[in-house]
Amino acid sequence: MDFLFIIQQTLSATIGVNTIIFALAAIGLNMHFGYTGLLNFGQAGFLAIGAYSVAVPVISFGLPLWVAFLIGIFNSVIFALILGVPTLRLRADYLAIVTIAAAEIVRQIARSATFNSTLGGSDGITGKFGAEFFALNPFKSGLNTPILRFNANDLWVVITGWLLVALIVFLMWIMVNSPWGRLMRAIREDEDAVRSLGKNVYLYKMQSLIIGGVIGACGGFVYALSRQSVQPDNYGTALTFFAYTVLILGGAARVFSPVIGAMIFWFLIVFIEQVLRQGVTNNLIPDWLIGANQVSQIRFMLMGIGLMLLMIYRPQGIFGDKKELALDAKA
Amino acid sequence: MQRHSVSGNEFVAVTAETPGSAKPDPILIADHITRTFGGLTAVNVDHLEIQRGSITALIGPNGAGKTTFFNLLTGYDAPNSGTWSFNEKALNGIPPHKVARLGMVRTFQLTKALYRLTVLENMALGARGQKGESLLTSLFPWVWKAQEREIQEKAISILTNFKLIDKKDDFAAALSGGQRKLLEMARALMVEPEMVMLDEPMAGVNPALKQSLLEHIKELRTQGKTVLFVEHDMDMVHEISDWVIVMSQGQIIAEGTPTSVMKNEHVIEAYLGAHHDVDLSAEGEKK
Repeated sequence: MDFLFIIQQTLSATIGVNTIIFALAAIGLNMHFGYTGLLNFGQAGFLAIGAYSVAVPVISFGLPLWVAFLIGIFNSVIFALILGVPTLRLRADYLAIVTIAAAEIVRQIARSATFNSTLGGSDGITGKFGAEFFALNPFKSGLNTPILRFNANDLWVVITGWLLVALIVFLMWIMVNSPWGRLMRAIREDEDAVRSLGKNVYLYKMQSLIIGGVIGACGGFVYALSRQSVQPDNYGTALTFFAYTVLILGGAARVFSPVIGAMIFWFLIVFIEQVLRQGVTNNLIPDWLIGANQVSQIRFMLMGIGLMLLMIYRPQGIFGDKKELALDAKA
Repeated sequence: MQRHSVSGNEFVAVTAETPGSAKPDPILIADHITRTFGGLTAVNVDHLEIQRGSITALIGPNGAGKTTFFNLLTGYDAPNSGTWSFNEKALNGIPPHKVARLGMVRTFQLTKALYRLTVLENMALGARGQKGESLLTSLFPWVWKAQEREIQEKAISILTNFKLIDKKDDFAAALSGGQRKLLEMARALMVEPEMVMLDEPMAGVNPALKQSLLEHIKELRTQGKTVLFVEHDMDMVHEISDWVIVMSQGQIIAEGTPTSVMKNEHVIEAYLGAHHDVDLSAEGEKK
């Protein structure tokens, strides 16, 4: 077995592009679910809107990339308003139903034949829409060390991506530790009580939905740019639930937990996959037990078992406070 | 009747003890308020006035519509018909948070402490006009830090008064039921209300805490605030209220001082039934 290769692949994935995407998606969910108690099951929709908003204006309308970013933020705000206006006055479960449906509507519209010419149908959009971004890349060659390996483009995405994550985490940290953040947590606990103190709960829930959605759309920007392609089926419900997994893994309502959660998530997935793959190719794992083409499914099974164990032995996640979680029972 | 300012409970002497009687200086006036749930008329209040600066108790048997009436007055529920005003400002269609900003702050029958916030955070939340609660300014701590310090000081002084100061850094969920009631009331005071609406402030509170809650409610009157509270505990009603309003089956059936109301035959009837002192058994019939 090539242990160095396993380590290199695993560490590269731990700080890699996918970790950044999932961290951003989960930071948005942390705003919604962790701090405000909004059950948004449509985070994939926000990522899809971010991704398509980067690709479509550049490819189909020839606009500059920075305009596409602004369009992406604008569109995610509009999407949040569409979700929030009818549901935020209602009980929390209505938002959950509406968001899960709305994210699927976004995906189905994106892959529909009607908009084939602009949105690319089920094949999505592939093209050099990120050219302006990669033109700024100061790295002529990639990084190739025994423990980390990125090609030149990925290295640029990873560095700018982590700067973006750092900026967003910093802003989140200030916000959740302000009276605004206190108000958000209060809404999570009991919105009627917050209303009785003269606060416009609806307005604040809307702010939370928009902020979390825009952060999710930033994840979509990274997703689209890193692959120079947008595939509608990458933005299915699985993406939302993986983002929730990342959030709960780290521990909800902690600023850093989505970042650490995403790192652990991708560390485990790639590590398990690489170990199994090496085991199979070197005949350490017999063929009748696991075949080469079963590895990518089995890694998710093992991942699932790992998560179950985490929920049993550390339900508060990595950073969560068990004492605080126990209070959730509303004794 | 001539309307003029009277202090404390002097109004009692000049107010008629009839349902819907006029008060010298009403802070809250409600007219023709009805609320139906399907075929059930939960609230049907013709006219009601609450005297400014008084402690008024709203009593009545279970299911009389007291809490529903509370919800209507504070904007948590909308009536089928009727008008009501607070400080001469009409409250029809005003959402609950605006009612609170106008100075009418309520508590809840099932205490709504914010469990995973500390006691101090619960208190600080109540303060009005916080700069740090706006999305943009929250990003610039130097804009709101000074105000936040003042809020914390005020919260600490109220908590000291309510003897919750030792608990200030505990999660609200760690408090006992009675302490949560105290916290909810203390938090309502952070809003600096003119009128406090307490929905069963004594439910589930042990006798020692009860006494201290009573003192706090009396203190509100001393500060010139108006208190309207729903309560089942008759001892408490007797001890602190200046005026008692009795509801039964959605209507106001009696008003008056605690002593007179408790002798009122309509009230006794509502609580105990019309034939409570009549022997209805077969043997009684024979007699």
